[in-house]
Amino acid sequence: MSRKGVSFRVKEINSDIAQFRDLSISIGAIHEEKWDEPMGPTPFPTLSTLRSWDHTLLKRYKPFYLPFCDLCCLCTYGKCDLTGTKRGACGISMSAQQSRTVLIAACIGAATHISHSRDLLTHVIEQYGSDFPLNIGGTSVEVEAPITRLVCGVKPETLGDLEPVLDYCENQVTQLLAVTHTGQEGNNLDFESKVFHAGMVDHVGMEVADIAQVSALGFPKADPESAMADLGLGTVDATKPVVLVIGHNVPPSTSIIDYLRDNGLLSEIEVTGICCTAMDIARYSAKAKIIGPISWQLRYIRSGVPDVIVIDEQCVRTDTLQEAAAIRTPLIATSDKNCLGLPDRTNDPIDAIVADFVSGKVAGALVLDMEKVGEIAVRVAQGIAPNRKKQGTLPSKDRIIELAKKCTQCMLCRRACPNDLPIPQAIKPAAGGNLGPLNELYDDCVGCGRCEPACGQKIPVHSLIVGAAEKQTREETFCIRTGRGAIQDVEIRKVGGPIVLGEIPGIVAFVGCANYPKGSREVAEMCMEFAKRRYIVCTSGCSAMSAGMYRDKDGKTAYEKYSGAFEAGGIVNVGSCVSNAHISGAAIKIASIFAKRPLRGNYEEIADYVHNRVGAVGVAWGAMSQKAAAIAAGFWRLGIPVVVGPHGTKYRRMLLGRADKDEDWYVYDARTGEKVYGGPVPEHLFFAAETKEEAMVMIAKLTMRPNDTSKGRANKLANYVDLHKRHIGGLPPDVHRLVRVPADIPLTMKSEILEHLQQHDWKEQPIPDPTLLPRMVHTRRD
Amino acid sequence: MPLNESWQTGEIPGPKKASLIVKPDIADAMIRRAKRPILIVGHGILEYEVEGLRLIDCLIELAKKGKIPVVVTASTNKEFLARGYIPAAIMPAVDIANRLTDATWKGIDGKDTYDLAIFVGLPYSMEWTILSGLKHFAPGVKTMTLDCVYQPNASWSFPNSTIKEWAASLRAIVANLGD
Ligand code: SF4
Ligand code: SF4
Ligand code: SF4
Repeated sequence: MSRKGVSFRVKEINSDIAQFRDLSISIGAIHEEKWDEPMGPTPFPTLSTLRSWDHTLLKRYKPFYLPFCDLCCLCTYGKCDLTGTKRGACGISMSAQQSRTVLIAACIGAATHISHSRDLLTHVIEQYGSDFPLNIGGTSVEVEAPITRLVCGVKPETLGDLEPVLDYCENQVTQLLAVTHTGQEGNNLDFESKVFHAGMVDHVGMEVADIAQVSALGFPKADPESAMADLGLGTVDATKPVVLVIGHNVPPSTSIIDYLRDNGLLSEIEVTGICCTAMDIARYSAKAKIIGPISWQLRYIRSGVPDVIVIDEQCVRTDTLQEAAAIRTPLIATSDKNCLGLPDRTNDPIDAIVADFVSGKVAGALVLDMEKVGEIAVRVAQGIAPNRKKQGTLPSKDRIIELAKKCTQCMLCRRACPNDLPIPQAIKPAAGGNLGPLNELYDDCVGCGRCEPACGQKIPVHSLIVGAAEKQTREETFCIRTGRGAIQDVEIRKVGGPIVLGEIPGIVAFVGCANYPKGSREVAEMCMEFAKRRYIVCTSGCSAMSAGMYRDKDGKTAYEKYSGAFEAGGIVNVGSCVSNAHISGAAIKIASIFAKRPLRGNYEEIADYVHNRVGAVGVAWGAMSQKAAAIAAGFWRLGIPVVVGPHGTKYRRMLLGRADKDEDWYVYDARTGEKVYGGPVPEHLFFAAETKEEAMVMIAKLTMRPNDTSKGRANKLANYVDLHKRHIGGLPPDVHRLVRVPADIPLTMKSEILEHLQQHDWKEQPIPDPTLLPRMVHTRRD
Repeated sequence: MPLNESWQTGEIPGPKKASLIVKPDIADAMIRRAKRPILIVGHGILEYEVEGLRLIDCLIELAKKGKIPVVVTASTNKEFLARGYIPAAIMPAVDIANRLTDATWKGIDGKDTYDLAIFVGLPYSMEWTILSGLKHFAPGVKTMTLDCVYQPNASWSFPNSTIKEWAASLRAIVANLGD
């Protein structure tokens, strides 16, 4: 199908929608005709189309800004001191400046996913043709692209149909980035609305990427029983030549697997990966091994095990070339977004490149031809492994002691450490031969390496920690269920009712990066706790790996213990970062498949449904990247709350509700049109928790929705109260705000809650049929 | 160690930086001068014990003597309850800070706004960002930290100090308040 396809003006389709004046979009999708659902009000929304919805949310969840710096230095007028009520030379206020920074982050994140999506799509179209049909889950997934259908109002059927969807995303991100120019937007809430827009567009971009790769590369198709893959440093057979892939865009890695398969070498070579490329290569071949999240980059490279490193894009340490050179391992860069100053060898003969690497003549090269990458990487690994002898840079015990003796206890390493780890206090005993305290730091260390350049004594602090944990790293032998992709329509039909009615207390999605305050283990523990409590738990990306990196007292990992189905008590690994789209997609599908709300170009109504009825919460416990900011923003626009760890306050703002302000929590009762109190649920839209315990209590609270039935609310309250009693102590102070009618009270907690209600002058409140959109009154369709 | 450098070397805020509490009486005077102080205690204090004194006990004494309502975050509440002290409120750190930026908020007791917020025991960078939020958006609230590290975004902060020096300062503040 032609990329140019059909061009139309949105106003011609639905001329009474004033917002779309003058928006012209080439939709390309000839398959349009086969979709008989009428077009909703907001296909291909522009920057301002959904503004009133955003402002409705932002009125309730007001930004609380946490400036990371008093200054702005974005243009040559600056630096401008924006402290307090001061304004910059362009007139901008501190709150607008902070929201602008959030928008810049969200734009970077969205641009990164969309550009990744574009590269991936171009690659699979080159390989399989643009008419290649999308297949996300055979007949079990009919709504193949819920976000694209919702946002764009198109129903893609082939790879080629996805191209105009990306055209739209690229167009929007360009406009959003323009908003951040000096002397452009000046109001913080309008910046925030655009942050939401960036997030929504980001989710479209992610969806395109994942459905393209699932369809074309034969990844598990919405399979609750997708294969298990090995996870952890200890799973690598270091006697073999080892390839390490790092990044997010999978084609270079699939080319490696293809070469190994075609040449019968799959069992001769270890293919190992870090970050989402690892997640996706394991979806391609479950023989590939996942080492761990981003924080494992330094420790794994320094172990000396990888014989060749292939990097693509995103979250690849930018000093990988130096780290690779230190262990004499060649590096192949494969993305034009990440060239690292390397010579472009794309057009050179494979034999010449391999020879140069194996002889040590070159330390790295840029190879932009995916067909070549696989062969080069494998042959280099084979050629170099016998000579390299897995030589790493991690110090032996004796060497650690020797290095520790040089420590002056100046504290600079600790003061550079994002987790404020007591490094000097652990180095002191190491000098005397006791490596225990250093080993203890290993779990909490995010592997950033910031401690090392801080040290005036040139002590390789991170290596000392990893070296001291040598035995522990060998024992990192876990497993993970490979990313299954989408949630099946049948699963949605089964759980839609129980979720909306509250028998399943909620969907909790652990997503995002690994900048954890206390290591991976907390993510695994939280996943297991919520699965045990019969929530539906979803995982993706680095968090999905962390979820598997811990064994409970029965010796089982989360993925061995719980099913991979989207059901109460399931732990569902959807896949890599871009697979996050299946989590927001599932919430959208509950509205469309279970509740039969019209989907096509109908963003507000669906978001209103999700916000008021679907008890979903995102948890990005170690959120670090700009992509994580964009992903969170996509959840916010759907009214889905996101909880982050303490480092999350560095995103510069929270979106917090005020449970104590009754006037903030009124909703329309769709049955009567009256404005009625709906209770402070969900209380927040973006919240940073101080500890895992506080997070768990908040997660349980944030699954509540004004629509909960009494049975559902009682179930959610029971979990909230129980977690609060265990981790915070006592009955939660706000129970009276969350009980609407006596039947909401969990039976086993009746007397104590009744007593609390009495003390707080509690009055019964009717349970509304909630909506924030006046136009939904009397027009309910379910 | 430089007294008024951010404990985390990279966290350089800008032109407006906290004044140092070089002597305990400065803190003491600030607390006395405040009409409506509030003490926010994070989970970090649970770790500290110096010469047999748990810092949590010291803070309870401080709250009692200074008649300062205490807001506890995270799991701190459990430890207070275990000591028979019932905090004025349990609230996550971002929630109490957010309320403090609201000049119309009448406080936990519904009576009036607070003019001094004393922080202790949040994770360093989280406390840093929260204090920044208050520095810029809560002009009516002065902030003070009682941690052993310098927090540049507060109005007043202790310098970077050893646990011993810090414990001695806290003890002195408590003792002075009892006068
Ligand atoms: S963008 Fe505005 S606030 Fe920033 S440096 Fe330029 S003039 Fe100053
Ligand atoms: S590498 Fe680990 S110990 Fe070093 S600064 Fe980073 S988190 Fe801290
Ligand atoms: S920076 Fe170096 S010398 Fe200073 S405490 Fe850390 S390891 Fe020791």
